[in-house]
Amino acid sequence: MAAESLIEIREVTKTYGQGETAVHALRGVSLRVEAGEYVAVMGSSGSGKSTLMNILGCLDVPSRGEYWLDGSDVARLSEDQQALVRGRKIGFIFQSFNLIPRTTALANVELPLTYAHLRRGERRKRANRALELVGLADRTGHRPNELSGGQQQRVAIARALATGPRILLADEPTGNLDAHSTAEVLGMFDDLHADGRTIIVITHEHDVAARARRLVQVSDGRIVSDEVTR
Amino acid sequence: MSPRDLMGAALRGLTANKLRSLLTVLGVSIGVGAVIVLVAVGNGSGKAVQDRLEAMGTNLLTVSTTGGGGGFVRGQAGPANQQYSLTLDDAAALADKNLAPDISSVAPVMTSSGTATNGDTSYTVNQVIGTTPAYLPATNTPVQIGRSFTQADVDTSQRVILLGQTAATELFTRPASAVGQTIKLGAVDFTVLGVLASKDSTGFNDPNATAIVPITTLRATQAGYGALNQIVVQAAGQDRVDTAQAEVTQLLTARHQVPADETSPFRITNSAQILQTSQDTAATFTALLATVAAISLVVGGIGVTNIMLVTVTERTREIGIRKALGARRRTILGQFLIEATLLSLIGGAVGVGAALIVTRFQLAGVHPVLVPSSIGLALGVSAAVGLFFGSMPAHRAAGLRPIDALRHE
Repeated sequence: MAAESLIEIREVTKTYGQGETAVHALRGVSLRVEAGEYVAVMGSSGSGKSTLMNILGCLDVPSRGEYWLDGSDVARLSEDQQALVRGRKIGFIFQSFNLIPRTTALANVELPLTYAHLRRGERRKRANRALELVGLADRTGHRPNELSGGQQQRVAIARALATGPRILLADEPTGNLDAHSTAEVLGMFDDLHADGRTIIVITHEHDVAARARRLVQVSDGRIVSDEVTR
Repeated sequence: MSPRDLMGAALRGLTANKLRSLLTVLGVSIGVGAVIVLVAVGNGSGKAVQDRLEAMGTNLLTVSTTGGGGGFVRGQAGPANQQYSLTLDDAAALADKNLAPDISSVAPVMTSSGTATNGDTSYTVNQVIGTTPAYLPATNTPVQIGRSFTQADVDTSQRVILLGQTAATELFTRPASAVGQTIKLGAVDFTVLGVLASKDSTGFNDPNATAIVPITTLRATQAGYGALNQIVVQAAGQDRVDTAQAEVTQLLTARHQVPADETSPFRITNSAQILQTSQDTAATFTALLATVAAISLVVGGIGVTNIMLVTVTERTREIGIRKALGARRRTILGQFLIEATLLSLIGGAVGVGAALIVTRFQLAGVHPVLVPSSIGLALGVSAAVGLFFGSMPAHRAAGLRPIDALRHE
């Protein structure tokens, strides 16, 4: 393996179900992402791009193939170790925000820090800083249902950033946002990229993909093109 | 995740749906409360029976003859029965320490009835008891006002009388004014020496509607010289009641030359046995009530499982998010277990509180007596109920694959 790659998957397949009804979501995908890259993964719905993102985020395991993340073989990790990897190395941003309902923005951002066993004071400090970074310092006590979609997604970004992960995985991050909020979120991604963070964005929108430096196109479970765009 | 954080997450989970949590808590608290209250009621009724029996006198053996149908019919016995009539000599023999070392005191008893009059006031005393001074301590009948008669009074057939509360009240209105007065019983004058303390009823008869006189006086003036109705025997100690009973049987059988193949003509009532029997009955009663209550506790526990299952299903997506954010299996497990345990522990505490209040009142004619261990047991069981009934839903939550949980709608 190439030690310098942050993410490397080799010949990964993912099959749901068995026999006649089996669905081949991924049919042998190999991909390398170096630290600091800003990659967009595009594809129509059903192309397997979400499955790819789930595997990259250790939320799902490949049926076959290898996944090396930051030098370790994910397949060999136990369930708890995978949880640890998710907590420490990856920050998730989802299309539907996935904030914990009835819980304040601050508590939501604190959650991954809690799972990382940080002390209460340190947690609070980092969570506040992360919320400040996304411009929501004045909304810390608000619950998700008291925030607009754009604000909710910013809270989600703050949560993803709170643990200081090396990789940000965003699954259709602007799918539920208006033009203004989309611009805000994408601006934030640009800043984060400039800071040296590795960003992988799954999208089907061309203008979102256009902001990335590298575009990977997925179709029918295979990578059909992989080019550096900027 | 520290215990404090886990607790915080669990509390937030519970307060997210207050009404549902409240109803679940209610189910458990009814179960726990029912266990404590019903055990207390069972215990209280057992205690009440025990108290009444103890008022009759403990370590007590009552000897009577079966011939002639019980001890309260006066000695009209025919020749066949006369052989087995109880006599003062029997009483004296039983009191002999050499013959019966486990007997501490003996009181022969003859009963009669008669009309007592104080001037114009008359009162029919249902039970005039002729006995010796030993009768009073043996049957737990203290003199409240005045004094008892003595053995000397018995020996010289003094015409003295002790009145029960009801008799004294009927004759003198104020029992205290009776002492020293003279009343007529039948045609004979008696000096009132004292008034007996009030006694709780142990049966259908009013135990306060009595009068007690020296047995010699009763024989001379009222009842004649027939057989004794009873001999009251007090054993030397609680653990010696059975030996004392054996001694009584042996002595009387020998004295009256009862043939070995004949069933004993003497009936010996053992107060300890009655006490034991009624305590056993009360224990059975308590166990029955506790079983019923335990069933309601189990039903409450199933309520916890039900609610936790609903909660886990409802919050599957949340579990997925938590896992994506790095929550480990045992963190999720801990959170849901704590939620379930909190539900049932709060329910347990509420149940204990309610039970403490309810048991202050008389229930179904019984003063409940709390059994402290039942409180501990009920609380322990409710915590166990939470852990046990909560573990299945919690394991289900913890075992979810993050991607499946996240996809859940």
